[in-house]
Amino acid sequence: MAKYTIDPITRIEGHLRIDVEIEGGKVTNAWSSAQLFRGLELILQGRDPRDAPHITQRACGVCTEVHALASIRAIDDALKAYPPALGRLARNLVHGAQFVHDHITHFYALHALDFVDVVSALKADPKKTAALAESLGNYPKSGSADFKAVQERLKTFVESGQLGPFANGYWGHPDYRLPAEANLMATAHYLEWLRLQVKAARMMALFGAKNPHVQTYVAGGVSCVQDILSVDRLAEFLYYLKEMQAFIDNVYLPDLLAVASFYKDWGANNIGGCTNFLAYGNFPQNSGAFASEKMFLPGGVIAKRDLSKVMAVDPAKITEEVKRAWYSDGPALHPSKGETKFIKPDYDYDGKYSYFKAPRYDGMAVEVGPLAQVLAAYGNGHAQTKAMVEAVLKHLSIPATALFSTLGRAAARCIETKVIADAMGGWVMEVIEEVKKGNLATAAEWKWPGEAMGAGLIDVPRGALGHWIHIDAKNKIQNYQLVVPSTWNLGPRDAKGQLGPVEEALVGTPVADPKRPLEIIRTVHSFDPCIACGVHVIDPQTNQVHKIKVL
Amino acid sequence: MEHKEEVLERIEAKGVSRRDFVKYCTLVTSVLGLAPSMVPRVAEAMAAKQRPTAIWLHFAECTGCSEALLRTTYPWIDEVVLEVLNVAYHETIMAPSGEAAEKSLHDAMTQYKGKYILICEGGIPMKDGGVYGKVGGKTMLDIAKAATKDALATICVGNCACSGGVQAAKPNPTGAVSVEKATGVKTININGCPPNPINIIATVVHYLLLGKLPALDAKGRPLFAYGMNIHDNCPRRAHYEAGEFVKKFGDEGAMKGWCLAEVGCKGPNTFNNCPQVMFNDGTNWPIGAGHPCIGCSEPNFWDEQSPFYQPI
Repeated sequence: MAKYTIDPITRIEGHLRIDVEIEGGKVTNAWSSAQLFRGLELILQGRDPRDAPHITQRACGVCTEVHALASIRAIDDALKAYPPALGRLARNLVHGAQFVHDHITHFYALHALDFVDVVSALKADPKKTAALAESLGNYPKSGSADFKAVQERLKTFVESGQLGPFANGYWGHPDYRLPAEANLMATAHYLEWLRLQVKAARMMALFGAKNPHVQTYVAGGVSCVQDILSVDRLAEFLYYLKEMQAFIDNVYLPDLLAVASFYKDWGANNIGGCTNFLAYGNFPQNSGAFASEKMFLPGGVIAKRDLSKVMAVDPAKITEEVKRAWYSDGPALHPSKGETKFIKPDYDYDGKYSYFKAPRYDGMAVEVGPLAQVLAAYGNGHAQTKAMVEAVLKHLSIPATALFSTLGRAAARCIETKVIADAMGGWVMEVIEEVKKGNLATAAEWKWPGEAMGAGLIDVPRGALGHWIHIDAKNKIQNYQLVVPSTWNLGPRDAKGQLGPVEEALVGTPVADPKRPLEIIRTVHSFDPCIACGVHVIDPQTNQVHKIKVL
Repeated sequence: MEHKEEVLERIEAKGVSRRDFVKYCTLVTSVLGLAPSMVPRVAEAMAAKQRPTAIWLHFAECTGCSEALLRTTYPWIDEVVLEVLNVAYHETIMAPSGEAAEKSLHDAMTQYKGKYILICEGGIPMKDGGVYGKVGGKTMLDIAKAATKDALATICVGNCACSGGVQAAKPNPTGAVSVEKATGVKTININGCPPNPINIIATVVHYLLLGKLPALDAKGRPLFAYGMNIHDNCPRRAHYEAGEFVKKFGDEGAMKGWCLAEVGCKGPNTFNNCPQVMFNDGTNWPIGAGHPCIGCSEPNFWDEQSPFYQPI
């Protein structure tokens, strides 16, 4: 059985390596390995707790903002300083805008090339492309002249001979199934979104100061008091939001459905699917400790794909294991007691092979992310989510079980984006109502509490994110641990040998051409990993590493 | 010099309107502090027949600097990629992965040897021979050494590449350092966490246009952007002079936009053009959002400018 290594995997954040065994055209085993250790948890020790949101936000600049939010929530919790209404709403608006930015950018800039053959777009008929676009949605810039201009631009680019980031792609791979016209349309939308995402980032900057890396979250609330009290700023936010909603309804959702219609077998056969799911829930509608927060999107735990039984999240059931990770061996620990004793990276398929720890919930490997959040909201009967899920299933004529797949993950990301975008206008109106009532407070009063612990749990675009802080009697950080979505999804095996979610998802994935493992990359990208990686091939007979192309 | 009309025609053939193009060139020219008569030459540099090759490498970082560049609007990022530069390697946007990606890097370094602009994002872990950061099985240290050797110029984007960044903060568990320190090659440092995209683009244009580095300060930062002090240019400066200070977030002073010195602002220690250009096309900036400056364009700011909420 041949082993294949893909390193670096591109179009993700960070440095990731994936290894697979392939037999009979299908993946039979998989290993996921984080290739970079930065040691943020060690750097945090001994610092002023209030500096933690700035430091942890630098864990990732693609999914910017989210670590600052989880961190400030952990600090709120330790100080027992929960934000007043305007502080909570400002955070929700910035966080919601991050979802819109991040999810759509993922679909077009990071994931689309796993489905869209850009080279094939050169052969498309612009008139037929315009007809296709018109049949799917009502969006400007969709005339045949518009698509012809995009095609001409691509031609000029290709004829220059300098293909830049598009050189060495897997163009012409047999599992690129879209007709030329759909490829041209998707390429045009990819270019369109590259421009529109600038406005999504501005939405965040209105109350977040800047994007990437917002600078507005402070203990007990936000600093942007002048911005959130400015009617002008609120109106600007709504104006951008309208543009985002038009794009989601007329471009993103129709494109997602169009792509999905060519890959229904991936849903029917649960290709890329996982078994257990965890979501912390998102967008608190009141302020308080995690257990008392009512979330706009309710969280929950789903075991063995049983959507009829969504269990409440109990943070005490979270542990992290290091048996197969590049840390000194020790017991499975709750993150509040977590240790970071890193060792040198010697890759061993049967031993340690990653800088990710293996988080487990009640001993289970669980998938986190948009699919987990949408399933939890759906199972909990959240009306808007339920309606959207049912509309998508009906449009594609597929059963709910098809959601347990790579395709389900991509669909859930779109559903989540729409549900959040459609709710944000209401949150702006809530701001107005608070201002009318004279509730102008943006940050809670607080005092250093002496020794204290705090947890900050929230769903973010890549899934369940948790920060745990332990503040000592001198108001310094004694211990700090992060359990991030990509650790849940891309973590290694545990002591019992249970595969991590992405490893589980890859097993059973068909691979038409192991030297161009497009299907593997597609499933890896569907998790929106936050770490960069690549592909090589190992022959177990000779232990020789064969390098292969991956697009 | 090529005739102005020809340049504009070629730009139009690439799908960019004349108006947008001239507007952009004017903006870049003014950020660089060049005379208006330089506008046509900027236009020419941006519309070369053979696009200049850029290789963008990621080391120990968070990709926030790449994301910052995605927010550029003059030119838009699709124009940077399709019409302005030949971005031969950039892990976040490129189509290929694995060996095919490595081939793209190898091909570009060979074909454009001595001619490519190397852009580095991220610090270099040095401890234990650099094993704490690898791409394609090679250490980031080895990759950086090889790539800087044959580059026309090396531009460091962001605090990590410029000075080691967040992973280099005490106790610096992986021994992360700047690209300049790791390789011994002199670099241009576009500092910030992340830097403003306008400063990244303006530096590249300066190099293409004048064929030499912009004037740099002692820390390797272009003076056109980092020659000014935040506190000296702060719109809240009058409140500082009047002794009007925010005492805590959300108080009366905060509502009135008073000076943030007493809640920890590091503006007086920090050199950058944030007060002038702000972020996200002038939408906002940290002090505008009522938050103290954390000094992110100063080397080692994670240690030297923190704690962030304590007054200087």
